[in-house]
Amino acid sequence: MSAETGAGALSSRLPGGERLREARDVALRVLIPVFLALVIGGVILLILGKDPLAYYGYVLRRGLLTWSGLQETFTRMAPLLLIASGLIVAFRAGIWNLGGDGQFLLAAVITAALGPVLVGILPTAAVLIACMLASILVGAAWSLIPAILKARYGVNEIITSLMMSFLGTSFANVLIKLLFWDPGTTVPQTRMLPVPDRLPPIPSTTIHSGVIIGVVVVVLVHLMMTRTAFGLKLQVVGANPAAAVHAGLNVGWLTIATFALSAGLIGLAGSVEILGVWGTVRADWNPAFGLLVVPLVFLARFNGYGVIGFTLFFSALMIGGDSAARRVGVPQHFVLVLVGLLLLFLAVVEYLDHLRRKRLTT
Amino acid sequence: MEHLLTQSFLTALLFYSVTAGVPLLLAGLGEQISEKAGVLNIGIEGMMLFGAYTGFLSAYYSGSFGLGFLGGGLGGAVVAAIVMLLCIHFGLNQIVVGIALTIGAEGLTALMYYFQFGREHPNLAAPPVLGIPGLSAIPVIGPGLFNHNAIVYLAVILVGVLAWLFRSTYVGLNLEAAGAKPAALDAAGVSVVKTRSYAVLSTGFLTGIGGAYMANVGAGLFVPFMTGGAGFMGIVLAMLARGKPIWVLLGAALFGASLSMTTALQVAGVNVPTDVVQMLPFAMVMLVLVIFARHSVLPPALGLPYVRGDRG
Repeated sequence: MSAETGAGALSSRLPGGERLREARDVALRVLIPVFLALVIGGVILLILGKDPLAYYGYVLRRGLLTWSGLQETFTRMAPLLLIASGLIVAFRAGIWNLGGDGQFLLAAVITAALGPVLVGILPTAAVLIACMLASILVGAAWSLIPAILKARYGVNEIITSLMMSFLGTSFANVLIKLLFWDPGTTVPQTRMLPVPDRLPPIPSTTIHSGVIIGVVVVVLVHLMMTRTAFGLKLQVVGANPAAAVHAGLNVGWLTIATFALSAGLIGLAGSVEILGVWGTVRADWNPAFGLLVVPLVFLARFNGYGVIGFTLFFSALMIGGDSAARRVGVPQHFVLVLVGLLLLFLAVVEYLDHLRRKRLTT
Repeated sequence: MEHLLTQSFLTALLFYSVTAGVPLLLAGLGEQISEKAGVLNIGIEGMMLFGAYTGFLSAYYSGSFGLGFLGGGLGGAVVAAIVMLLCIHFGLNQIVVGIALTIGAEGLTALMYYFQFGREHPNLAAPPVLGIPGLSAIPVIGPGLFNHNAIVYLAVILVGVLAWLFRSTYVGLNLEAAGAKPAALDAAGVSVVKTRSYAVLSTGFLTGIGGAYMANVGAGLFVPFMTGGAGFMGIVLAMLARGKPIWVLLGAALFGASLSMTTALQVAGVNVPTDVVQMLPFAMVMLVLVIFARHSVLPPALGLPYVRGDRG
């Protein structure tokens, strides 16, 4: 993983023409994979007998160009932004936290269980804050075993975090069915958090304020990773663990801290989704956002500001795709295909760019 | 508790352990070949799922289980060919490509299955069974272990074949060199790229058969996302087996037994929430990882593309 940390600082020192070329390169490296993914996705739609232009047109209209769709899109951005900030921390530190789904769901369940209990005791603001803090702790706790195994024995964290994710997904269901099942419901679900006690909407919209939390957190994480000593340490670990040890950094602890922070932020995403949108968690609910955010973070090259733009694009795609499933008859699974293609072309374009640069320098 | 010791429960436990364990065994053996050669095949989950899909289609349209396994193997190999092209020939990031292929296979199989069958889930007929003469007559163990589809015995025989291949042949030596010291293999006049390509294609083929077995024999039908992490478990098996196929077999038996608990308990009429039982295999994987983590060994050049002339 190559975190292009100094890219911004570097380009500001370059002469005008160079800077322009640099900006164009970045734009191409981002736009080409998106374009190719949409084209190949379109070909797949054609093969399946659907009109790709009609599909994309519908998704665009529904996700971005109608007021109600746009509000849904902004609402969807809240959890995605928080998951993305968690992934930025991990990826910049060279750690693959792919256990997002388990961390997200368990935090969501704890929020949904805790919220209704606290509502009578604490004022709304305190309830919200308590739920979010608890969810951060739960998310972080669920990453502890992969973190320790990685820090102590170097066990590949991709596998361990994925396994913990599968475990967490089932565990969330167990918690709902055995501990937090609202006796008043037939389908297993937690007690409903009353609407006045949820995250308040942004005035005169249906968008809950969680999206503001998301934007603020992603910017803070970006600044932390690029402007603070702690962030710099993590980046050194990510770029070259051996060098980090040599420089006297405690790589083990930094690994555990990275994992905890990353998983905590993903846990916060689960909490915000419950406090803002659902108010309860049903058994077997799993939006599986975790892996879907990975390509966005790569597209943005681990840059927090870039992530905001891509999250908007992707949320619109999800919201539009949701209703296209009903209207155009293309199931949501198509979004997964696009995500896979996007990652694939991202890797290809990155490689071609690398080749080109090598040719230029030699 | 007396439920747990009845003959029917023990038979069911053994039988379904084999059914659940065979896909893990094939994936684990496949991943072992890749890892030996220095390729971390994260896309194995995608290969398995795609193999399950193509394997199901082949068996569904041909009516032959043999062709079903072949179709599954080829489907897995097609996904592996993408890894071969992008990661081994061009040296792209193996993890990114692996995740992409897993997500892409999930979406593509679910999408195509939907367009072919809508919300119907057509079933296959019961798979042909080959009882081992003599052994299959033993009570409990016979119907549990020796009354399966022929592919099961082939998978177990493959353990021995691979052990021999790794230990006593040039093929095994080349694989090991490609993972441990690719430059040395190159210097000896053997192509690292070719060695790794064959390794990855075999992984795809074996894992694809595992997926086909899961769909055609295990479930009797294809369900979107049905592999549910079994491919990733194959990676765990390969990680812990330290290059020894026999350990993959033992691990697959252990994880298979945990996976089969759900079915076996249902057969025995014990009422345990399925979610609790579903945690079992993953809890088992984590437990084994925690206990044996310090012993897991991976080749030094794992995950690194080989570029001739680079240091390493």
